[in-house]
Amino acid sequence: MLTLLFDGIAYGMLLFVLSVGLAVTMGLMNFINLAHGAFAMAGGYTTVLLMNKLGVPFLATLPLAFLFTAVLGAAFERTLYRPMYNRPHLDQVLFSIGLVFMAVTGVDYIIGSQQQMISVPSWLQGRFDLADVGIGKYRLFIIVVCGLLTVALQMILSRTRFGSRLRAAVDDPRVARGLGINVNQVFLLTFAVGSGLAGLGGALGAEVLGLEPIFPLKFMVYFLIVVSVGGTTTITGPLLAALLLGIADVFGKYYAPKLGAFIVYALMIAILTWRPQGLFGQRGSK
Amino acid sequence: MSAPDRQAISLEKVQASLRAASGWRWWEIALAVVAIASVFLSGRHALLLNEIAILALFALSLDLILGYAGIVSLGHAAFFGFGAYTAALFAKHVMPDPLVGLAVAVAGTAVLGALCSVLIMRGSDLTRLMITLGVAAVLYELANKLDWLTGGADGLQGVVMGKLLGTFEFDLFGKTAYAYSLAVLAVCVLITRRIVHSPFGYSLKALRDNRLRTQSIGLSVHLRLVAVYTLGAAVAGAAGALMAQTSGFASLDGFEFHRSADLVLVLVIGGTAYLYGGIFGAIIFKLLHDLVSAWTPQYWTFWLGLFLVVLMLVGRERLVRPWTWFKRGGQA
Repeated sequence: MLTLLFDGIAYGMLLFVLSVGLAVTMGLMNFINLAHGAFAMAGGYTTVLLMNKLGVPFLATLPLAFLFTAVLGAAFERTLYRPMYNRPHLDQVLFSIGLVFMAVTGVDYIIGSQQQMISVPSWLQGRFDLADVGIGKYRLFIIVVCGLLTVALQMILSRTRFGSRLRAAVDDPRVARGLGINVNQVFLLTFAVGSGLAGLGGALGAEVLGLEPIFPLKFMVYFLIVVSVGGTTTITGPLLAALLLGIADVFGKYYAPKLGAFIVYALMIAILTWRPQGLFGQRGSK
Repeated sequence: MSAPDRQAISLEKVQASLRAASGWRWWEIALAVVAIASVFLSGRHALLLNEIAILALFALSLDLILGYAGIVSLGHAAFFGFGAYTAALFAKHVMPDPLVGLAVAVAGTAVLGALCSVLIMRGSDLTRLMITLGVAAVLYELANKLDWLTGGADGLQGVVMGKLLGTFEFDLFGKTAYAYSLAVLAVCVLITRRIVHSPFGYSLKALRDNRLRTQSIGLSVHLRLVAVYTLGAAVAGAAGALMAQTSGFASLDGFEFHRSADLVLVLVIGGTAYLYGGIFGAIIFKLLHDLVSAWTPQYWTFWLGLFLVVLMLVGRERLVRPWTWFKRGGQA
């Protein structure tokens, strides 16, 4: 029971790190980016290839996955995403779905469609019991890393100069520009960090979630659920939504495996019908 | 001239312009002639043409709710799949007559559409995208898990259809199937055409463009949205039913996300809020699909994705004029 709860929390934290970048682009920059999962996949494959082909140790691949995806995200933002910012939502959806299709088939072509395996270092394998609660070491590691990231993100957004610039640029780009904030640069940086976080999440999650070319499509709905259920005005919303989703999913798969993803979708429809702006979103925000 | 007179004249003018807009164009008649001729000339391409007709019908239903009423949807496949399963189950367990099956499937999907329309009334575009997506996903899971009824992942096989109108048998070459689908498509186009040129159709466009203003001139927005969503669902259900009846098979594939995404693409190629957009889009999409997948069967989605990205970046109007792509300004 508590073991399941623990697994659910780990899964939820992972989902949060994977989708927080999406929450930022979608909620703050008002861009529906379905291709977010493709960046996560890029991070995952970076780790897999570095470990299996070059023998880089697991821990060292994590920052590399972050960096690589962030650079990739920045490049895409500059060239492809920026012209799409002011377009209707449907255009953005189609555009990013196009990117997903390309990513899925591209990876399939280059690396192959089989599921990729990584072996986490031995000190992260196995589990120990703490008062009847089985705690997987790797899952604990995920919780710690993701928890630290969450705290760091919250600090950056609420305490630093960059955070206030970002919030200003989001609330009113024109006025922010007038105040001398380089809005384009702020958005570029935000998009890059968001993609980088997705990449890091993909790298961390490769062992738990599995990594195959279909990854962006498979988890796209989960990211979207986290963001839309959580509401897009804060990052605590997506965090709680991710935890809720993770726990519901783990419990659902354990107690009612026949229902599968049914529970998660039904939960989402119920929540969104009840509060269309998300559980923690404010009414009237964009 | 007194004020009531002027009002009467301007009302007459408006009515005349509305009538002119809903009059038949010469090319619409030509299109009908081509469609009828294609039944006799189809030969071995009848199956492909049948698929195009079904896709066109499906796109028409999405155009109703997306193009005319402005409801974004990523889960329109929900109604397609539901219609397909309803038709297949009806044929298998109740009676094999195709027309009755079609009517039942349409009615069933309309009920489902009316139920779902409650869900999409509130919230932003994002919420609506998620809810429509979620409904399709829930139905997918249901069809997958209720295997005693739907055959689960294997699909519902062995659906034998009766003769159409008691005389025409469905054959392997698909000529009857194509004529059947085409007739249903034609009927639906006629109905839709009538609707979008009616006051109701104009009020839909008004609420698509500005919901608040429509509400403030005293039109009931919710009722209209429910009506059009139900109608769109019913037409999508008809498309699904045709698919199941002409192929004798209903599968989970009908609910898949791919299908909804492809459909939006079809509509975007053909043009939204344009009655024939779905038809032209379906023709272009199917032909492209056939060409590309004959050339590279495994990786054709890559080219589909590339096409989408380029299409969205340059816009549909400029796609056919590549020399304007790199000019500044435009519509960005």
